[in-house]
Amino acid sequence: MPAGDGAATGFALSQIAAGQAMRGAGQQNATALWVQDRRVLKDAGRPYPHGLPELGRTGLLHLVARDAGEALCAMEEGLHCPSLAAVIGELHGDPRALDFTATRRLAVAAERYGVPVFLLRCGGHADLSGARRRWRVASRPSPAHPHDPEAPGAPTWSLELFRARDMRPGTWEASYDRAAHRLDLVSPAGDGTLAPAAGGAEPAPAFARRYG
Amino acid sequence: MIDAVDAAARASGIHPGQKLTDARAICPELVIEPSDPAGDAAWLERIARWSQRWSPWSAVDGADGLLLDSTGAAHLFGGETALLAEMQRSFTAMGLTARTAMAPTIGGAWALARHAANNRIVVTPDTLDAALAPLPVAALRIAEDDALALKRLGFKSVGALARVPTRALARRFRTAKQGGVGALTRLGQARGTVEEVVAPLVAREVYRAQARVMDPVRHTAILAPILADLAGDLCAQLEVAHRGLRRLRFEAFRVDGHVAMLVAATAAPVREPVHVARLFAEQLETLEAGFGFDAFALTALWHEVMDAQQASLTESEPEGLSLPHLIDRLCARTGAHGVLRPAPHASHIPERAITWHPALEAIEGNAALDTSLAATLGTLPERPVRLFDRPEQIAVIYATPEGPPRRFRWRRRLHDVIRVEGPERIAPEWWREKSAVRLRDYYRIEDAEGRRYWIYRNGVVDDGRGGPPAWFMHGLFA
Repeated sequence: MPAGDGAATGFALSQIAAGQAMRGAGQQNATALWVQDRRVLKDAGRPYPHGLPELGRTGLLHLVARDAGEALCAMEEGLHCPSLAAVIGELHGDPRALDFTATRRLAVAAERYGVPVFLLRCGGHADLSGARRRWRVASRPSPAHPHDPEAPGAPTWSLELFRARDMRPGTWEASYDRAAHRLDLVSPAGDGTLAPAAGGAEPAPAFARRYG
Repeated sequence: MIDAVDAAARASGIHPGQKLTDARAICPELVIEPSDPAGDAAWLERIARWSQRWSPWSAVDGADGLLLDSTGAAHLFGGETALLAEMQRSFTAMGLTARTAMAPTIGGAWALARHAANNRIVVTPDTLDAALAPLPVAALRIAEDDALALKRLGFKSVGALARVPTRALARRFRTAKQGGVGALTRLGQARGTVEEVVAPLVAREVYRAQARVMDPVRHTAILAPILADLAGDLCAQLEVAHRGLRRLRFEAFRVDGHVAMLVAATAAPVREPVHVARLFAEQLETLEAGFGFDAFALTALWHEVMDAQQASLTESEPEGLSLPHLIDRLCARTGAHGVLRPAPHASHIPERAITWHPALEAIEGNAALDTSLAATLGTLPERPVRLFDRPEQIAVIYATPEGPPRRFRWRRRLHDVIRVEGPERIAPEWWREKSAVRLRDYYRIEDAEGRRYWIYRNGVVDDGRGGPPAWFMHGLFA
């Protein structure tokens, strides 16, 4: 993902919600471990709990690693803890520590303990990897907001699964439904905009909120 | 109110219990220090522990006294007189004034230490009555109004009181008026006819495992098995006492006298040797062996009650780490402030609405924090998934200075703004910040590629708080 795009983060979070639902909602206060290296913290910012979906807020452990090696070690420790809901790791660029062995270790640990792991690459290139599914995620223009034509609509992403072990690779366009925690497929061509009404549409009400 | 005075103040007529204003009127150059009764008590307890060097039985007595049972201990210091002399010397060296006395009863020692002219009196049981006789009745540890009543009745000294048959005084002085112990009981305790029981300070258990090696260890690789042995030893001690470790220290004593120390902390009480040894595993290599280590110690610095727990009826242990153990390991690797947990904070300023706390701190409280964070879901307008620690300034082109931008440049790239929602106006917290802080108008925008950002304008035009408002990038939406 490029540093200025929140799409990959959003997609990973939407997958945690799905994965957690599959594991059964038996455990309360599921905690997620979020590991970042320092470059990612600077370039793409820190997770903001008020903006996360519900499963991201019930418990979050945040760790800023000095370098990629430390981040990968911390992720692997996290995978050894089955009470975690997920492990999210973010690495900048193409660090030397991130080789096939490291990614395969993560994949094996994740399968053994049943903890989903997401490795988000910030400004890196696809190289050999032991990951089970590899996605390329980018934002795309969102569908119309139901109440305000001027406002951005639901987050919409183009998802490209370019390598996978248990799925057929492919490309999807999906929008994320925040309230229901699910991805909806949308038409790649978009819905097209309506022609303005003949007499001139009534101007949309401006939304302004004030606090403090 | 004045709690305590020093000798110079007493000489100028100040006494405890006086009002501060009265004392200032008497002696304008009086130096005042706020009193700290809790601190005094804590310090007195420390002195009581320290004074166990003379006898294993010591107790704190009131706000200003120490009791020591010297039975069987005095001869180790060369007799009673030598023991008291030694105490005087030690307390003087610490900068304290001490009045010491030794008597067969607690009451007797109390009276002699506080009211006898000579503060080094050693008496045997047969001379106790004679030694107490000239002291005032206040020396009997009785309430002030009891002492006053006795004085009014003409009992000026303990001896005078002791000569009167007990039954004559029993009705009035058996019990004190405001609870507490009556004068007659106190008299009996001082003379040794009534028994008195005092609870001594409980010895504080130190959990510590030590090991010595024949040949100095010069390679850090050999330290791991030694540490594992020490951890096993320490955990066995703790298991007997039903305690669990929260903070512990590993010391390696080098032959040249240098002591290398490693400290580790845990998120929940721990008593597993493997986990304990693992906490130090990363740091062992950082120790400088030099000419070699010849002794090692593992000390529990902080421990808590931890009872044995059975997780399930079947014997099988759940595979993998528990969450507190994971936190311990991550903290051992990255330092105690590396692993953080978010907590909501009552503020509308986005970066202040979340505070980050070290995960090692009070893991029980974190559950409450997590649920309160979950409760904020839906109470705020949509917030970004990621927030920059420092908002980044952007250059914008706008149609009107009050409106949203048309186009902006962020990190050397131009973005066209296609859709906008806002503004959401967040006013500065005037009760906390300076008056020059400007309000923020937040906009949720989407650019031509569909990326969604959270940007704000810092201030409005002509708000009288600086020049034209600047624009900042503050967060990313999913």
